[in-house]
Amino acid sequence: MSTWCERCGGSLAEGDHAACEAARRFEPPRFCPECRRRMKVQVLPAGWSASCVGHGSRRSPA
Amino acid sequence: MPEILDLARNQVLERGVGLDEEGVLAVLRLPDEHISGALQLAHEVRMRWCGPEVEVEGIVSLKTGGCPEDCHFCSQSGLFTSPVRSVWLDIPSLVEAAKQTAATGATEFCIVAAVRGPDERLMKQMREGVAAIKAAVDIQVAASLGMLSQSQVDELVEMGVHRYNHNLETCRSYFANVVTTHTWEERWDTLRMVRDSGMEVCCGGILGLGESIEQRAEFAAQLAALDPHEVPLNFLNPRPGTPLGDRPVVDGKDALRAIAAFRLAMPRTILRYAGGREITLGDLGTRDGLLGGINAVIVGNYLTTLGRPAEEDLALLDDLKMPVKALSATL
Ligand code: SF4
Ligand SMILES: [Zn+2]
Ligand SMILES: [Zn+2]
Repeated sequence: MSTWCERCGGSLAEGDHAACEAARRFEPPRFCPECRRRMKVQVLPAGWSASCVGHGSRRSPA
Repeated sequence: MPEILDLARNQVLERGVGLDEEGVLAVLRLPDEHISGALQLAHEVRMRWCGPEVEVEGIVSLKTGGCPEDCHFCSQSGLFTSPVRSVWLDIPSLVEAAKQTAATGATEFCIVAAVRGPDERLMKQMREGVAAIKAAVDIQVAASLGMLSQSQVDELVEMGVHRYNHNLETCRSYFANVVTTHTWEERWDTLRMVRDSGMEVCCGGILGLGESIEQRAEFAAQLAALDPHEVPLNFLNPRPGTPLGDRPVVDGKDALRAIAAFRLAMPRTILRYAGGREITLGDLGTRDGLLGGINAVIVGNYLTTLGRPAEEDLALLDDLKMPVKALSATL
């Protein structure tokens, strides 16, 4: 359920997030798409993991 | 052919003597139609004085974010409203990152921490982490932990850290525009201690911070005077929330001029493509750089941003018939 932009934390219902989406090619997510909290993000040489206190962790697609 | 390239051919290619500040500036000012000539010459210089091997490195952030310093380009400063949160990497994940890096054929693994300088907690994490990596992975370990005391330098040597990264970031005359919480000279002091310790010195910076072309030349000359083993060249990737978050990225042609110019200033150094190449030069930029003086790459992801998949860079090296430097050659 994505409500918030993972890159800028703005509402997906407002404004244009095309630039955010393009930037995501070279950036991990920073904001939880469900609650907008800043996530704890660890970038690794071959991937990343991101965790939100409320919504758990996820990893980059393999 | 422009006069500066003739001069560089005689002086840098034939004799291995780098261009001075004035010469670097002339290369940075070359008209568009001479950029490919400059890159070609820089490539010849690299082949002649460094050889065809490319040094491949992976990096990882051991401690991310929450840095007390205010480097205006950095998303890890705790003083800006950057979305990057503070996080520590545990030792098993650090070893896993070293394994992932070694699996690409890389010979260098650099452990980085976002700090002014190490505290006891970080040094302890380094002691344990470096020992665990050395026990499990065949790779050279480098570190980048900010400003060091003499005893910390000694300790890193004892741990077996063979190279230390500490970037000057930009030229001396522009530094205070970019960082106010410490000085260029403080950075220089750490570099001096590192060099005297016998560790290899890795020192570069970021282009596109708002410095002038003249200041870019000044920076190349100052690096050449330091004569580091390796120079990582970054291009600003403007980070949201930082004071430089709205700056434009470096123009691709200016980036290529800079690559050629830095190589012509430092014929023997390991000149490494670091962050921002994907943003500044796009997918073709890596090829142009490797054919224009660059002889080392960071593969995979960076500290807080992502890179191209390592396989793409490795396939490119294969395509260019540039062998990856082997571990045996670095020992
Ligand atoms: S010292 Fe390093 S981590 Fe800290 S703000 Fe400066 S560049 Fe970023
Ligand atoms: Zn957005
Ligand atoms: Zn959440």
